[in-house]
Amino acid sequence: MNDLNNIREQFPILNQKINGYDLVYFDNGATSQKPLTVIESISNYYKHSNSNIHRGVHTLSRTATELFEKSRKTIAAHFNVQNEQQIIFTAGTTDSINLVANGLAKKYLKAGDEIILSTYEHHSNILPWQLWAKENGGKLKIIPLLEDQSIDYTSFEKLISDKTKLIAITQVSNTLGLITDLEKVKTLTQKNNIPILLDGAQSAPHMAIDLQKLNVDFFVCSAHKMYGPTGMGMLYLSEKWLKELPVSKPGGGTIKTVTFEKTEYAEGALRFEPGTPHIAGAIGFAAAIDFINEVGIDTLFKHEHELVQYAQQKMSEIPQVIIYGKSNHKAGVISFNVIGQHPFDVGTLLDKYGIAVRTGHHCTQPLMQCLNIQGTIRISFAIYNTTQEIDFFIEKLKKVITMLS
Amino acid sequence: MTIEAIEKEIIEEFELFGDDWEGKYEHLIDLGKSLPLIKEELKTEENIIKGCQSRVWLNSELINGKMVYTADADAIITKGMVAILVRVLSNQKPEDIVRAELKFVDVIGLKEHLSPTRANGLVSMINKMKTEALAFVN
Repeated sequence: MNDLNNIREQFPILNQKINGYDLVYFDNGATSQKPLTVIESISNYYKHSNSNIHRGVHTLSRTATELFEKSRKTIAAHFNVQNEQQIIFTAGTTDSINLVANGLAKKYLKAGDEIILSTYEHHSNILPWQLWAKENGGKLKIIPLLEDQSIDYTSFEKLISDKTKLIAITQVSNTLGLITDLEKVKTLTQKNNIPILLDGAQSAPHMAIDLQKLNVDFFVCSAHKMYGPTGMGMLYLSEKWLKELPVSKPGGGTIKTVTFEKTEYAEGALRFEPGTPHIAGAIGFAAAIDFINEVGIDTLFKHEHELVQYAQQKMSEIPQVIIYGKSNHKAGVISFNVIGQHPFDVGTLLDKYGIAVRTGHHCTQPLMQCLNIQGTIRISFAIYNTTQEIDFFIEKLKKVITMLS
Repeated sequence: MTIEAIEKEIIEEFELFGDDWEGKYEHLIDLGKSLPLIKEELKTEENIIKGCQSRVWLNSELINGKMVYTADADAIITKGMVAILVRVLSNQKPEDIVRAELKFVDVIGLKEHLSPTRANGLVSMINKMKTEALAFVN
């Protein structure tokens, strides 16, 4: 990044002291900070354009509707989706996955069916499927990990049967940062024509995603991890599922005609967006996408990749540090432990130095059970992080290790 | 010693560090290391207090009219806090424990550890200490 200082200026929150030290924000995997353009887009919407969208005859309502629908177009373009109706606004990744799970459960999934998940899924890509399986006599099959915590594609292949109805898999592990090889996944699933749900919560903030090329059935992500507002996310549906996914959350705005006997639902995205949507959220999400594209998603990936390389190198020089998922094929995240120390202690003391990290199971308890640990310390980067911050973190990590031993 | 007297002793101990939070935390860590461990067989499912991040075990008994607490935690900073709380509340009369306000935690600058968002199980631990004492108050 040539203009990193400029980038940091766009994030006023970064310019503050925590416990007397400059804030080092390494918890971007949980949520990233928001640039001024995103903050202002939301505030401007409420200042100048707030109104309920769709079906309004008045000018403000039209303006709000246009802004909302323009946001959908911006997001569709970013993911190279031709028909913007394939982008459904949701409350976030969790909401998106539930929308798919509840919809599929209505028609497509039957007792005895199987869904394949990986060991390193986030709870939000486990629980909706587990609930379906429990209530409907379905079964979850779990792809094991190899010694290096990457996906065991050989075992994966053996899990596939004619009962397999869906692969729900994350593109980037939120705990380990490892990137799933989607081409391999597709090679394995193509001959059985099994739909794929790709969880992009941790990939969309870090890498270019071309949904036309990826050609998955469902893709989900959250705005707040990609410089946008919380409570906002998206569900991408392939053309097939846009027509076929049953409505599981009916309500105002999703319909064409309603009588007490029956309802004819709208076509396109609206059928999945009941109630007044998070209009400001959608506008903020689009502003975040604009920010990412202004920086350049490839610049972003390269910068964060360099930070990961740099940090991993420095961390591996500390003998007490164990890094999980120590591969180079990683996006923005490093999970580690200090031998003999509880992650909570390390995180608590780093916070005293103004360094924000995440500790615990990161909503991936099955992965923790697989690694046979209680939790890890996770650092995760965004475009505004610097190698100087990593140097400070390394210095303080060493100090914390001394304090604890 | 009364609860108040022990609290005063702890405040004086921590006052020595002044603004030096590193020294304060090193002391807390040392206190954690010195915590008399709860007997392994008492680390039962019933005695566990699950925080989101660290776990605390607490056992209580009434001996000669006084509550005796033994405890442990899996994170050392939590354990340090547990050690302080056990030091203040163990071997005290149930009615005194129920009444204790534990304001000293604020004075020694460790209040953040008793915040409900801390997810370390300490708030629940204090509640459990008090609830179990309350059972013996007439």
